[in-house]
Amino acid sequence: MNLSNPAVYLSLVVFLPVLGSLILAFFPRGSEEAQKYFTLTVTVLVFLLTLGMFGFSDVQFEVGQADMQHLFAYEWIPTFGIQYLMGIDGISFPLVVLTAFISLLAMGASWNIQKHVKAYCILFLLLETGMLGVFLALDFFLFYVFWEVMLLPMYFLIGVWGGPRREYAAIKFFLYTLLGSVLMLIAILMLYFNSDLTKLQPEHLAAAGIITQQVNDEGEKESEQDAFSRWSTSDDLLAARYKEARAAGLPLPTFNILAMQQIGQHTDQFNGKMWLDKSLQWWAFVLLFIGFAIKVPSVPLHTWLPDAHVEAPTPISMILAGVLLKMGGYGIIRICYPICPAAGYELAFIVCSIGVLSMVYGAFAALAQKDFKRLVAYSSVSHMGYVVLGLGVWSAWAGTNYDPYYWQMGMNGAMFQMIAHGISSAGMFFLVGVIYDRVHHRDLDKFGGLFAKMPVYSGIAVGIFFAGLGLPGLCGFIGEVLVVLSSWKYSQALAVISAFVVILTAGYILWTIQRVYLGPEYKGPHPEALTPMTGREMSIAIPLLVFAIWFGVYPRSVLDYMAPSVNQTVDQLTEWTKENVPAEDARAVALAGPLRGPDSGDR
Amino acid sequence: MTLDAIINHLMSDTVDSLALFRPELVLCATMVVLLLAKIIPLLDRIDPFLLALVGSIAALVTAFPEGGLAEMAAVGRTEIFTGMLVYDSLTVSLRLILLVFAVLFVVLAKLTGLADRQDGQDFFTLVLGATLGMCLMASANHLMTVFLAVEMASVPSYVLAGIVKGRRRAGEAALKYAVYGAGAAGVMLYGISLLVGVLGTAHLPTVATRLAALDIPAMLADGGQMGTLMVLSLAALMIMVGLAFKLSAVPFHFWCPDVFEGATAEVDAFLSVASKAAALALLVRVAVGVSSPLAENVASAPPPHSVQLASHVSADGNVGVPTIGVAAEAIAESTDPLSPVRTFIATLLGVVAAVTCTFGNLAAYGQTNIKRMLAYSTIAHAGYMIMPVAAAVLLMGTNRVAAGEAISALLIYAAIYLFMNLGAFAIVAFLRNAMQSETIDDYAGLIRTAPITAVSMTLILVSLIGLPPLAGFIGKFAIFMSLVDAGGALMITLLVIASINTAISLVYYLRVAKQICIDPEPDSRGPVELGILPSAYVFAVTIPVVLLGIYPTWLTNIAQVAGEQLFK
Repeated sequence: MNLSNPAVYLSLVVFLPVLGSLILAFFPRGSEEAQKYFTLTVTVLVFLLTLGMFGFSDVQFEVGQADMQHLFAYEWIPTFGIQYLMGIDGISFPLVVLTAFISLLAMGASWNIQKHVKAYCILFLLLETGMLGVFLALDFFLFYVFWEVMLLPMYFLIGVWGGPRREYAAIKFFLYTLLGSVLMLIAILMLYFNSDLTKLQPEHLAAAGIITQQVNDEGEKESEQDAFSRWSTSDDLLAARYKEARAAGLPLPTFNILAMQQIGQHTDQFNGKMWLDKSLQWWAFVLLFIGFAIKVPSVPLHTWLPDAHVEAPTPISMILAGVLLKMGGYGIIRICYPICPAAGYELAFIVCSIGVLSMVYGAFAALAQKDFKRLVAYSSVSHMGYVVLGLGVWSAWAGTNYDPYYWQMGMNGAMFQMIAHGISSAGMFFLVGVIYDRVHHRDLDKFGGLFAKMPVYSGIAVGIFFAGLGLPGLCGFIGEVLVVLSSWKYSQALAVISAFVVILTAGYILWTIQRVYLGPEYKGPHPEALTPMTGREMSIAIPLLVFAIWFGVYPRSVLDYMAPSVNQTVDQLTEWTKENVPAEDARAVALAGPLRGPDSGDR
Repeated sequence: MTLDAIINHLMSDTVDSLALFRPELVLCATMVVLLLAKIIPLLDRIDPFLLALVGSIAALVTAFPEGGLAEMAAVGRTEIFTGMLVYDSLTVSLRLILLVFAVLFVVLAKLTGLADRQDGQDFFTLVLGATLGMCLMASANHLMTVFLAVEMASVPSYVLAGIVKGRRRAGEAALKYAVYGAGAAGVMLYGISLLVGVLGTAHLPTVATRLAALDIPAMLADGGQMGTLMVLSLAALMIMVGLAFKLSAVPFHFWCPDVFEGATAEVDAFLSVASKAAALALLVRVAVGVSSPLAENVASAPPPHSVQLASHVSADGNVGVPTIGVAAEAIAESTDPLSPVRTFIATLLGVVAAVTCTFGNLAAYGQTNIKRMLAYSTIAHAGYMIMPVAAAVLLMGTNRVAAGEAISALLIYAAIYLFMNLGAFAIVAFLRNAMQSETIDDYAGLIRTAPITAVSMTLILVSLIGLPPLAGFIGKFAIFMSLVDAGGALMITLLVIASINTAISLVYYLRVAKQICIDPEPDSRGPVELGILPSAYVFAVTIPVVLLGIYPTWLTNIAQVAGEQLFK
């Protein structure tokens, strides 16, 4: 196996867990401890492989490069034009590392699982493969397959190892997500049948990574046209199909997400009219957005989340909050906006409003909770609202003279918020789990005085909760402030509301800290069980706290990796706006559209 | 043409045709041997299972096109037996599906003990006889063979439904099935006679050319001859009744749950896979056949007298002289005159498909008996599988390549469906042997005692929902693609209905998976021991469900070639 080949390397990252689960199936009964250690080893290996891309292996992630790196494609189901296509860029790389990291910690948090350990470990590893695959897949079909692969393991992980209402929660999770993903499937097929690779110019094919420009010895890149003619005469299967379609005058549809982005931004293939006088891409955007918004989750499609979180075992809650919710945000930034820019522009205000609504609703709902875990779950709804808002603030329009700066800020903020929330929410769920393991209840009114009994635990918990609150100097702050600042240029009303949410967040977090950790004495059940954190628990909580502080103090350690790709996405969309939304139209929209808030023209 | 010439032609035609008819001949020979085995003293020492196995494998081997599957592209289209049957890629692929199933089914019947040494000969004769009928259904090219094949497949099925002697439920199931089937067949025959009466032919491609010659758009425009149109629509509806019965499509599905509950699980597997695949092939033959006149039919091949002979035979069955006699040569190349026919058939099929899959999925919710639940599930899947046929009919007029792709989607689905449903019913049969129960509640906690079976059943159920990376998703995806490809309001509505149905079906399939994997074992049930061979069998039929999901390229390539060939 040649690890310097990106195809092998990235495939190994994705499929190592599956291999592990196959081996795990042959472990004999009674070797539960060994099974857990084996699973932990697999997650460690996957994490090491992702760390290897920081420059410790031949497949290195180049910081500062905006384009897709280590792109590779193999024919998978040529009958339907489906490729095994993967690659990594600044948007997916941090999420891949986060996934591997959270999976590793969650497996460490799984030591309390005593029931059906083997099945648990197998499902856990399958889940990890699905999550990593979603972030790396660049073929829409492949993406969808990975997206769905997670569902079944998740269903069983909640349904078998969960709390008292686990079956209800598990099926609710499954139904919501499946409904979202069948809508997504319809959108995928609509886009597929209206896409045509043969209409793309060579420079677009190059931008989509279908043709690669070679760099000669003097460091000069060959022209797109040369690369194109070299590609079209090669024996590549896609090139052959391209030539065939070109000769016959037939369209060559594609599932390639990058190619679809180019088609969406540079051709009118997705502009055909469909129902209700809306364009094809409008419908595709709506269907895809519903699918992703369920995952994020955005109000009003969030109701599966509190149930799933409350019933799921602690490690699965960590994965749910830490990784699964990020897939929704990832889908919006990778698929919704770049593929359907016209619809995104038209619906930007609605997307932003949904984000703000989730922020406000989640915060109020969190204030009202009595159950500790439910409170954290609603805080996730609120925090992920920032992500949706940050992605949606399309402030680059004629009114701002197509200035992409604030939108870049918003998208970077949203991406940063995803990473930060991955750290802080996984930490919060883990800390709730720690206390639940001891006293077997989560009633906020029956806590109090934990600081006296468990000082180290309480210290870590306060740190992580403050990170969730968005205290300056901790990771939650950076994402929130970038998003709120950027939204001012888009709509001051939304900016004001979202700034107020910070107060609500502070309200429920501080009140929670007061009710749980402060106070004179713990009066709830099982006071004798309040023993200090074990070494294993510390080894999970402390890395999370360290990262929460590190990212808060030195956010560039994340932003440097993601910003080039995020900025390029925004620049491309700005370019699209410049070409397709003339100034008069934009002004007309701004004046006529009562939805749009007052915009100030100058920066 | 003199009588001599006709006889000579018939002779050579028959001899030529027999070469393409080998699998059916092998099946016939096996049946004869099986029946003889019951009376000839020495032969009855041989286990009938072995005879049936050898016979079905031999039939399967002969069913491959010359040069193997890679030569599917060279199959072409040949009308055999004076145009009564047709040999093309659909015939080949459907026969392969049916015979693969027959081989697996023979093994299953042996493993579950349904076919023992004493009764085995009868059982296998019936099974192979029904399979023979189904092979004919897949290659029918004439309304008379359509009817004969349906009956040939149905009558043994009636007996199979009641094969277990002394069980009242089985007898009831068989009787219900027979009465219902006879009714449906009668209506279908009436429909056929109406169609033949109006058009003067029963040869399907000729039916299409005559329909084109009728120039229905003009009739619609001037409003005259509404009577003819009424008769034609009525004929289509009546023929659809017979097909819908075989497909268990709503509203002719009532027999299905009762028969499935009464018959043994093995027979259910046979009815739900083989019978359904054949019925779908027949639906393609009839629906696509009458909506697309063959280009070469108008021009040269097949020889004109074969058409005459075929129509002559059918005219004998009818007293009426063909009301509208139009020479085939007069038909213009343009296919436009058939567009109302296509719209009518596609709408009819689309509505039936939508209602069938929605009803099947909703009705499956309340079931407590696993066989009944799976019966409703097969009804729902019949709905999914009718959809690409509707798409193909619609596409025939505009894009014959895409129409072929719709048929290949159907083939992909049918091939995958074979393994899913065979696996599900095999598990039900083995579990019935092990614990004498077919109630879903008794499956609780199976994962603790029979892990391989439980995991296989879960995988199959999830594949039936259509979730990746299992094979069921590939089938569903192919069908969805054909619907989007056909486009138009009807097809997109069908797509949305099918998608929502996927979500609906999740709940009841997952309920069984939950019972098996999550719920505690009931106290009333003893340990469940399956034995090595049954477990191995279950494992073997589940493996394709996983592998075809991960790497479907092999299957999709063959299906694509078969689909492409069909409408060249």
